[in-house]
Amino acid sequence: MCGIVGLFLKDSRLEPELGAMLTAMLVTMTDRGPDSAGIAIYNADAEKPFKITVQSPEGDTEFGTLADRVAALTGAPARLERKGSHAVLALGRDRAKAVLAMIRSDFPGLRIMSQGNRIEIFKETGLPQSVAEAFGVAAMRGTHGIGHTRMATESAVTTLGAHPFSTGPDQCLVHNGSLSNHNSLRRQLVRDGMRFETENDSEVAAAYLTHRLQEGRDLGGALRDGLADLDGFYTFVVGTETGFGVLRDPIACKPAVMAETDRYVAFGSEYRALVDLPGIREARVWEPQPAEVYFWERAA
Amino acid sequence: MTTMLDLNETPLRDVNAALQATAGMQPNTAFEIVNPRGSHALAVGLNAPISVRIKGSTGYYCAGMNQHANVIVQGSVGPGVAENMMSGTVVVEGDASQYAGATGHGGLLVVRGNASSRCGISMKGIDIVVQGSIGHMSAFMAQKGNLVVLGDAGDALGDSLYEARLFVRGSVASLGTDCVEKEMLPEHVDLLRDLLARAEVEADPSEFRRYGSARTLYNFHIDNAQAY
Repeated sequence: MCGIVGLFLKDSRLEPELGAMLTAMLVTMTDRGPDSAGIAIYNADAEKPFKITVQSPEGDTEFGTLADRVAALTGAPARLERKGSHAVLALGRDRAKAVLAMIRSDFPGLRIMSQGNRIEIFKETGLPQSVAEAFGVAAMRGTHGIGHTRMATESAVTTLGAHPFSTGPDQCLVHNGSLSNHNSLRRQLVRDGMRFETENDSEVAAAYLTHRLQEGRDLGGALRDGLADLDGFYTFVVGTETGFGVLRDPIACKPAVMAETDRYVAFGSEYRALVDLPGIREARVWEPQPAEVYFWERAA
Repeated sequence: MTTMLDLNETPLRDVNAALQATAGMQPNTAFEIVNPRGSHALAVGLNAPISVRIKGSTGYYCAGMNQHANVIVQGSVGPGVAENMMSGTVVVEGDASQYAGATGHGGLLVVRGNASSRCGISMKGIDIVVQGSIGHMSAFMAQKGNLVVLGDAGDALGDSLYEARLFVRGSVASLGTDCVEKEMLPEHVDLLRDLLARAEVEADPSEFRRYGSARTLYNFHIDNAQAY
């Protein structure tokens, strides 16, 4: 199974409530996947520092050391905000590459969850309610976000095996289903220079889309390419800095319901996830068609 | 007398138990269920000629295994509505998700909106009338009964079909293996007119095309035709 929820806001007045809305939707989907849960939030802050979200089981010691090392590298005090087992590091864009390289070489215990102008990803093993509470997701504001609760099939139940997967700046993907050609596709993508953190099939789909975007495709084009190259069962929901997309495989066994009003576009694995959204009774509610690309973009 | 059941106050199991407790009762018992909120397996396993009106959308397997009851959903339904229905009527005023009416042995399922993929898969005698369109792989391995579609049908309609009859007014994206168009004889027009009347749908039977099994995939013998 697995449960997916997503929200893409059109009405900025809903932005302060994004985290609370997504949390409630995800908790409703708990019985679709009890292994682990995660959420990607694209924040709406006017100031856009480059942000790196990292995770560590030994955050108490590691995050302090990281802050010191970042300060030494950048020549300014590190802006590091602790959220549960994760921490969000805010940087000048020109320092991002050096800091990422330093984390990868000197902090093998730190896992990079996401990086980009807007995105923050929080994910852990456990039920959606406890994961959302650990990170204070309900208080987060933003323009769009995606949540996932996992019933593992293709790889281990670990923090890194949880969704969303992020394989490029401000990009993320969640997946309900299983891919059958992920090993061959991973080998091809490694040859093309992509980096993988897990043996998970969904990470391959994320990296595939990242690679297509790097080659200049827009989100819709990358998803259309995926129809030809990704073999297996999937309902994907993907996020970029300004976009939100949905794709189901041609067989379309994995459930999906969408709702759209003047104020938002919403996705749920089941209608139950959508019942408390504002104006849902008047919303256009539909099941996304198999093999049809849906995506929405907002002004950057 | 109409009994009101509110899923905001009464747990789903208690609602289903109240409905199922009518087994063996006489008609004129009616229930109205409010706040379904996409609940799964609502109004399943009914076994009495009661009337159940659900005010809102439901989740998986609504009205599954129905016998005798008349269930109306004033909303849309998730996957597997009226799955394995034996008799009675289920009417969905909105859309139905995948495998609506799957494996049904009898009764009538009406979907006023669209039904998605695998509508009527492995149907075994149920009648299904969809006022909108249906998705791919509908009536896959359908054995018996009638599927009527006023809109269009998706890819691979009637793949590996046995003796179910398929009537489509709109376009068919593609026919599945061993499914072919067949002539509309007067008996089929009469059958279709009756189905449309029972579903309370206004449509001219002469506008439909009939599809059925070419009988090359399974071991059909004309001497056994009465068995279907």
